[in-house]
Amino acid sequence: MEPLNIIETPAIPLALANVDTDQLIPARFMKRPRAAGYGPFLLYDLRNIGTGQASDSLLDDPQRAGAAVMIARRNFGCGSSREAAVYALLDYGIRCVIAPSFGDIFASNAIKNGVLPARVSEADAEELLASPSATEGRAIRVDLAAQTIIAGNLVVLFTIDPVWKTQLLNGWDDIDLTMAERPAIDRFRAQDLRARPWAAVPDGENTFNNDPVEN
Amino acid sequence: MSRTIIDKLWDAHAITTREDGMSLLWIDRHLLHEGSFHAFDQLDKRAAAVAHPEATFGVADHYVPTRGRAKGIANSEIARMVDLLKENTQRHHIRLIGLDDSRQGIVHVTIPEQGLTLPGLTIVCGDSHTSTHGAFGAYAFGIGASEVAHVLMTQTLWQKKPKRMRITIEGALGSGITAKDVALTIIARIGADGAQGCAIEYAGSAIRCLSMEGRMTLCNLSIEAGGRLGLVAPDETTFAWLQGRSFAPQAKAFDEAVEAWRALGSDSDAKFDREASFAAREIAPTVTWGVSPEHAAPIDGAIPDPANIRDASRAAAVRDALAYMDLKAGTSLAAIRIDRVFIGSCTNGRIEDLRAAAAVLAGRQAVVPGLVSPGSSRVKRQAEEEGLDRIFRDAGLEWADSGCSMCVGMNGDVVAAGERCASTTNRNFKGRQGPGARTHLMSPAMAAAAAVRGQLTDARELLAGRT
Ligand code: SF4
Repeated sequence: MEPLNIIETPAIPLALANVDTDQLIPARFMKRPRAAGYGPFLLYDLRNIGTGQASDSLLDDPQRAGAAVMIARRNFGCGSSREAAVYALLDYGIRCVIAPSFGDIFASNAIKNGVLPARVSEADAEELLASPSATEGRAIRVDLAAQTIIAGNLVVLFTIDPVWKTQLLNGWDDIDLTMAERPAIDRFRAQDLRARPWAAVPDGENTFNNDPVEN
Repeated sequence: MSRTIIDKLWDAHAITTREDGMSLLWIDRHLLHEGSFHAFDQLDKRAAAVAHPEATFGVADHYVPTRGRAKGIANSEIARMVDLLKENTQRHHIRLIGLDDSRQGIVHVTIPEQGLTLPGLTIVCGDSHTSTHGAFGAYAFGIGASEVAHVLMTQTLWQKKPKRMRITIEGALGSGITAKDVALTIIARIGADGAQGCAIEYAGSAIRCLSMEGRMTLCNLSIEAGGRLGLVAPDETTFAWLQGRSFAPQAKAFDEAVEAWRALGSDSDAKFDREASFAAREIAPTVTWGVSPEHAAPIDGAIPDPANIRDASRAAAVRDALAYMDLKAGTSLAAIRIDRVFIGSCTNGRIEDLRAAAAVLAGRQAVVPGLVSPGSSRVKRQAEEEGLDRIFRDAGLEWADSGCSMCVGMNGDVVAAGERCASTTNRNFKGRQGPGARTHLMSPAMAAAAAVRGQLTDARELLAGRT
């Protein structure tokens, strides 16, 4: 994944709380292969796409083309574990979401895809949402190393788990880190099979699909 | 050092812990559904193999048809999703409970039925309601596609230890009050993000008295309070439910397992990071009126007035919810008319749920259309043996096959735009049951009562003299 440090683009202010992943990408689009790009489905039902009316959403505001920052209210990304919600943000171009809190699974999915969930206080989120930079579509600067957001005259600090910060700054991938732990995993496994024999899945018998129907 | 059940499960699975606090956890069971195709794509990109296919199980549920199954799936995109799961699991030698399997059902219903969910296990699935399995004292949580790929390749997952939260409910629940009412009450009080970053242990006499079905409903909804997972310490109720199930340890091995499981409960002096407690007798039949599960209130209540909410952002959220739901502040919940009902899902599609709905519907007519989709094919067979299907059909409701169905609408079972649905599911999010659909969450008995009256109703009025 691509390392992240400084973003300087217009922002999309979304003055909503509890923006759940069903809104971020409605379920009906999740059958599509990722290669096709999920950007057009981001917040689809909020954008009146396909209704014949022009979208009045800031997501479709030409002045904000290239926006890589989104600002929202509390509990952003709550709900389902669908990583497609992050794919939609990323494919649209968003690399950072600023909010007072995030759904746990969403935040973890975001990190895995190089998207920064920047946590700010509720008061700061309100200030950012109301700031002229946000309302008028001027560039906002997010500095991951310094953990600051600069919107015109407004400077706001954000928090991020230090582990996640390192991962984003370096663009690290979990798998490589895990492969290096192979010996520890094997040791754990040998000892665990003795300690918790009941935890192993019984094999051989109990194969699906050829069992008799049971009631 | 005294430990909570959360610490004990964590410690038993931590392979290694880095200086920065991240632990690599061993995963005992990995469950897959159709949405796993993104993860298999990641696997293919690396030309990687599945590390432990024997600990991995596929279940077709999200896209399966609930009607006319024998005819196949007409929509080719939907059919492709079910086929892809079959192809991917076959290719990697993973056992599959596919569309034609006699055990097909929603992953969080059918996997416990098979005895694959056991106390003391770590269980993950690319689905947020994996918390359901916590009912057995398992450490079970939902993960995203990249994590699914990681577990497929390594059978492990990097995790930061969550905060430990205990929610205690003491006393006896009133008659007609179910686990769904308990969960919605908790979420309404602590908020949809009230347990963010936390693993929850549910404790107290009211929880101990819940059946396994009730515990699964409660743990299922942990995610709607923002929790990473929710669990209940295993006890005699758990052991009795598990004994004899296909994949559970058998005979002497079972007795030995029970010995180990008894030691999993939190030590009496163990400390939690957060505590919340509620009195069982204060819990009433509860329904949602808005677009977040925290927008819930007792059926005898009314919709709050955003003008009275001091916090501006919360007031704005309520205004937005009422606009979407086409409801007015101050309206009594019991006056809200509905257009249809849905009874099913991994939250409330188990046999006990169907019995509770049937107890209200027996000998009565539904005045609105509705769909009943059992949580698994096994639940369906059992319900038919008990004659519950007749009750639903005689009432005018549709009796369908098992799947996620109208909980998420992926298979085409959707609520039409603008329609209002009394639903036993878990999310009243905008568009969850279909674009423009309006969802009211409630227990199966409450959904059945709403079907009979055509409006939100205190099910106890219809149960008087019946139970
Ligand atoms: S029934 Fe609903 S919540 Fe449960 S697994 Fe299916 S889609 Fe998810």
